[in-house]
Amino acid sequence: MTQTTKAKKVNLDTNPPIIKIDKLNKWFGKFHVLKDIDLQVNKTEKIVICGPSGSGKSTLIRCINRLEVHQEGSIVVDGTELTDDVKQINEIRSDVGMVFQHFNLFPHLTVLENCTLAPIWVRKKSKMEADELAMDLLTKVRIPDQAKKYPGQLSGGQQQRVAIARALCMQPRVMLFDEPTSALDPEMIKEVLETMIELAESGMTMLVVTHEMGFANKVADRVIFMDEGQIVEQNDPKNFFNNPKSDRTKLFLSQILNH
Amino acid sequence: MSKTEAFVKLPDRSPPGSSVGAIAWTRQNLFSSATNTLTTILFLYLFYLYLPSFLDWAIFSANISGSDRSICDANKAGACWTFIKVRFDQLLFGLYFAANPEQIWRPTAALSLFALILVPLVIEKTPHKKWLMLFLLTIYPIIFIVLVYGGFFGIPVSNTTQWGGFLLTFALAFVGIILALPLGILLALGRRSEMPIIRALSVTYIEFWRGTPLITILFMASVMLPLFFPSGVEFDKVVRAMIGITLFQSAYTAEAVRGGLQAIDKGQGEASMALGMGYWRRNIFIILPQALKISIPSIVNTFIALFKDTSLVSIIGLLDLLNMSQTASRSLDWNGYDIEGYLFAGFIFWIFCYGMSSYSQSLEKKLDTERRVE
Repeated sequence: MTQTTKAKKVNLDTNPPIIKIDKLNKWFGKFHVLKDIDLQVNKTEKIVICGPSGSGKSTLIRCINRLEVHQEGSIVVDGTELTDDVKQINEIRSDVGMVFQHFNLFPHLTVLENCTLAPIWVRKKSKMEADELAMDLLTKVRIPDQAKKYPGQLSGGQQQRVAIARALCMQPRVMLFDEPTSALDPEMIKEVLETMIELAESGMTMLVVTHEMGFANKVADRVIFMDEGQIVEQNDPKNFFNNPKSDRTKLFLSQILNH
Repeated sequence: MSKTEAFVKLPDRSPPGSSVGAIAWTRQNLFSSATNTLTTILFLYLFYLYLPSFLDWAIFSANISGSDRSICDANKAGACWTFIKVRFDQLLFGLYFAANPEQIWRPTAALSLFALILVPLVIEKTPHKKWLMLFLLTIYPIIFIVLVYGGFFGIPVSNTTQWGGFLLTFALAFVGIILALPLGILLALGRRSEMPIIRALSVTYIEFWRGTPLITILFMASVMLPLFFPSGVEFDKVVRAMIGITLFQSAYTAEAVRGGLQAIDKGQGEASMALGMGYWRRNIFIILPQALKISIPSIVNTFIALFKDTSLVSIIGLLDLLNMSQTASRSLDWNGYDIEGYLFAGFIFWIFCYGMSSYSQSLEKKLDTERRVE
């Protein structure tokens, strides 16, 4: 099974997209949240997705690791298509890291345990190996001294950096960020964004749902604007901010940039 | 830009003397208002009225010496603890061990071992608690059966029909608790399962057993179960009671656990899913540890109820601690001293229920202080 998919990958292209979404449609009950989404993400590409609330941007990235199930279209992650096959879903999930708006750290485990649980039980690393990797990544997000504490003892910004480290401990190929700074106090947004910028510089493929336009401008290769479940516009940041093609984008930008 | 001032932090001071100390506490809590003062005085008066006469009856004028009722009959002003003293073995260990005093070391050893395991489990700093717990749940029941039931290593068999008193209460409650907890957890997970058949089965099971009185279940287990087996197959009465109690109890435990599961933020499950963890790993490592912590009060509540409900086995002719006290106080030797019997049984029940309650409270506290969320 894995061999055939691998073979297919090699035949397709020397540098195939790591995520390929075709004609994706999704409904919540009768509500049509995602309409005909086509999106390809290449390796090491950084994509920022923005749009008004309810536009489907979070739902879109949650579909990529099957936290939401889509009804039509296809999502192929690293050569494997997302189906109902639980084993395949878990394999894809372990290769796709995710950072949530509310951190979702495990409050009953220490920071270090948060980071090593999945590597030990899913990646089958030894405890020593997992500890070493976790400490290495906690150092990268600049909180190695908090390793023995519980999440509840940390500030919001520190918790979100732990969440980033926890996702990185699985050594993912893609990182998804679902409004990672929306729940933070203004003083803490900066430290999280800095961590994300460093991660981007290291060459990680990233899909980031955010309203931090400064971050988009600095890091993104491509900015995607969504509204009403559709991709309205996608462009490189310079053109996106300076001369947007669509009126809807213009209106959105004027509303979030002039307050 | 204008010149900025340096931020000066005011020093911390201790609170004024009038708000701390015993006198301040008394004033604030017992005499803070007219109603409060009145209530305090009323209750002091009630204590004055009844406490001395009760203490006199129960302690100062009580009878404890002798070995028959003559002493108690001569001094009716005091409680007759002689009755409890003489019938102590019967009340604690039942008829078989009361009749065979040379065997009493067996239940004594079994219950002492339990206490011995319990002490380090309650002490916070004990290392390797997990292994102790595992020992208590797996090996201890075997030791208990070998010691109390016998039949191995030349230990004579004590027929379960002769079990009784506290020993029976303990055995029923222990089995009920350790089997109902895992069963209840599975049922609670089943009730929240995404698979409709599993969900329907769990709901049906829970609602059936929860909707039936325990007394009915025990009665059916005793009268109806044998009808389903060929005649001659004798199903032990105590085992039947244990099965009935476990099935009944697991439904209650399931609902207590479900309450905890519902309180866990959806993000916890999503975060563990996003890390590639499967259903069982998510539940074992992430969801259940948090859910069980939240449901400790309600789970312990059902366990306390179960401990006391074991008395209902009298309906199928088993004599637990309470019924044994009643039986003993109705014997010709001690007729008329049932108050002492009930007080003794009530006191033993209270010790264990209060112990469970205190342990659950300390557990809650411990799990809460070191892991405060957000």
